[in-house]
Amino acid sequence: MRAFTQHQGIVAPMDRSNVDTDMIIPKQFLKSIKRTGFGPNLFDELRYLDEGKPDQDCSQRPLNPDFILNQDRYKNASVLLARSNFGCGSSREHAPWALDDFGFRVIIAPSFADIFYNNCFKNGLLPIVLPEEVVDQLFRETEEKDGYQLTVDLEAKTVTTPSGESFGFDVDDFRRHCLLNGLDDIGVTLEDAELIRDYEEKRKQTAPWLFNAGN
Amino acid sequence: MAGKTLYDKLWDDHLVKQRDDGSALIYIDRQLLHEVTSPQAFEGLRLAGRKPWRIDANIATPDHNVPTTDRDKGIDGIVDPVSRTQVETLDKNCDEFGILEFKIKDQRQGIVHVIGPEQGATLPGMSIVCGDSHTSTHGAFGCLAHGIGTSEVEHVLATQCLVQKKMKNMLVKVNGKLGPGVTGKDVVLAIIGKIGTAGGTGYAIEFGGEAIRGLSMEGRMTICNMSIEAGARVGMVAVDDTTLDYVRGRPFSPKGDQWDKAVAYWNTLHSDDDAEFDKVVELDGAAIMPQVSWGTSPEMVTGVDGAVPDPAREEDPIKREGIVRALKYMGLQPNQKITDIKLDRVFIGSCTNSRIEDLREAAAVVKGRKVSPSLKQAMVVPGSGLVKVQAEQEGLDKIFIEAGLEWRDPGCSMCLAMNADKLGQGEHCASTSNRNFEGRQGFGGRTHLVSPAMAAAAAVTGHFVDVRELMH
Repeated sequence: MRAFTQHQGIVAPMDRSNVDTDMIIPKQFLKSIKRTGFGPNLFDELRYLDEGKPDQDCSQRPLNPDFILNQDRYKNASVLLARSNFGCGSSREHAPWALDDFGFRVIIAPSFADIFYNNCFKNGLLPIVLPEEVVDQLFRETEEKDGYQLTVDLEAKTVTTPSGESFGFDVDDFRRHCLLNGLDDIGVTLEDAELIRDYEEKRKQTAPWLFNAGN
Repeated sequence: MAGKTLYDKLWDDHLVKQRDDGSALIYIDRQLLHEVTSPQAFEGLRLAGRKPWRIDANIATPDHNVPTTDRDKGIDGIVDPVSRTQVETLDKNCDEFGILEFKIKDQRQGIVHVIGPEQGATLPGMSIVCGDSHTSTHGAFGCLAHGIGTSEVEHVLATQCLVQKKMKNMLVKVNGKLGPGVTGKDVVLAIIGKIGTAGGTGYAIEFGGEAIRGLSMEGRMTICNMSIEAGARVGMVAVDDTTLDYVRGRPFSPKGDQWDKAVAYWNTLHSDDDAEFDKVVELDGAAIMPQVSWGTSPEMVTGVDGAVPDPAREEDPIKREGIVRALKYMGLQPNQKITDIKLDRVFIGSCTNSRIEDLREAAAVVKGRKVSPSLKQAMVVPGSGLVKVQAEQEGLDKIFIEAGLEWRDPGCSMCLAMNADKLGQGEHCASTSNRNFEGRQGFGGRTHLVSPAMAAAAAVTGHFVDVRELMH
């Protein structure tokens, strides 16, 4: 996995709450058996005026000029500023894959849906929870200034604005450690293979029915 | 010291290792696989040169992409080549790794969350995962069950464990008895309406109280299924005789001495009387009406006697903007009565409501009636091949067909419209599925979430109607 230590980038404001994973990447694109190539279909139904189809050349499609990512000032954004309960709905990891493929590295919101939040960390994407009033302030500053950028430091757990104002954020130690070092967490878990086998042996004694095949 | 909640017990029983950093390794007893969220996980295993840790813990079936007609053609019946590749990829992966799969022509094929319980592959006390957020369904059996992403599917395949942090405990208690015509679906929609789509974020919810105890396993599965729509990855109901009666005699259920031993353990799977919850929410079951969602989030829901809200009366600016946007997308007017919403299609199916009891409830309403000529389509999609067979043995298929509903083959179908079953732009659908998000059932489609009985009532009238008026 790609490591994440620090990132500085342009901020795009997505001013609506409860953005669901169907909105982030609609179902027709989930038919791919790959992890890449979802970027052109990120927010497909908001971004284009027509109905998107898999394997289509998106450069020829009519754009919705009102959508933030179609506006020149946000086209190269890598920090997504969002509202509460971002990523609610399905467990599709295609949502973080699409955000990543578009070029996002950080998502900031007052709250995230659990499964989406978890999926981000598996893909080198950093979801940051900041208090509602701080998010409000960042929305105002983003809209006021063209090319507004934020600097995120995962080691220090801070988000810093262009004026030098800094906000701390919380993140689990394990997740932070994996992300900072780009660790493959399957490898980390397999270091405990012995413990897993011990657990299984015990369970076979106490709950043998869990190891039955069907008949 | 306070007693343990059901979630505490399930967590402790699956704890392999508590790490110093607050994370833990949790053992997974059962993984269900389907074609959409597994191909990249199998590919990851291959790229890393890893093998599945415990092959017999996995069961697979294709469900999202399968057509609901022409099933005798098998995979060749999938017209969309991209969908076909995904189903073929699941077959290839399962064959290569020796994983049990109920393939497209197998009578045991169906929606993962229907076939797990049906086979007894979902048993009380298990930890169960699947790359699908509605895995919470299995919590109805007193399981620790939740949806995971594809990276975690790969992690479970490779290690039989998940890295987790313990969630907080929430009790949702539904007191009293439900009225006639009020189902598990109405209860869970009412709960989501009350606590909101993020109300359960970070919590494992246990559903309890007299109304929950009085529900069948089908009703409990419907409620746990939609825990995720309240933000909670995990929803659970304690084990009781209803649970045991359902589980007994199924293909994967224990037999003989093992059954007795299992039951002794399963009977401990409830929260202790002195267990403490981080949050408790109570509802009066007797006051719950048949529910209908009007907006683009499951929390945008009201009783069938209600009306579409007026954004002018909402004080919170973000919520107001949300209502305005939802009404525009849904093509509804503020203060419009729910019973005045005209429908184009009716969909009875999905992992929320496609089990035998759901189909019986819908059939009871349409029996002797006809689908309204104002509808373009009304379809019934059973949750599995075995549900279909049972329904046909009971003659439910004939009731549906005589009334003018289409009787289809099993799969996820129009719940998320990955196959050919979808809404056209601007069409309103009474749907027994779980999500009314924009575009969920088709580009520009407008979903109203309801119970099977309410969907059936809508099918014969062409608009929403309180099903209790048709129940004499």
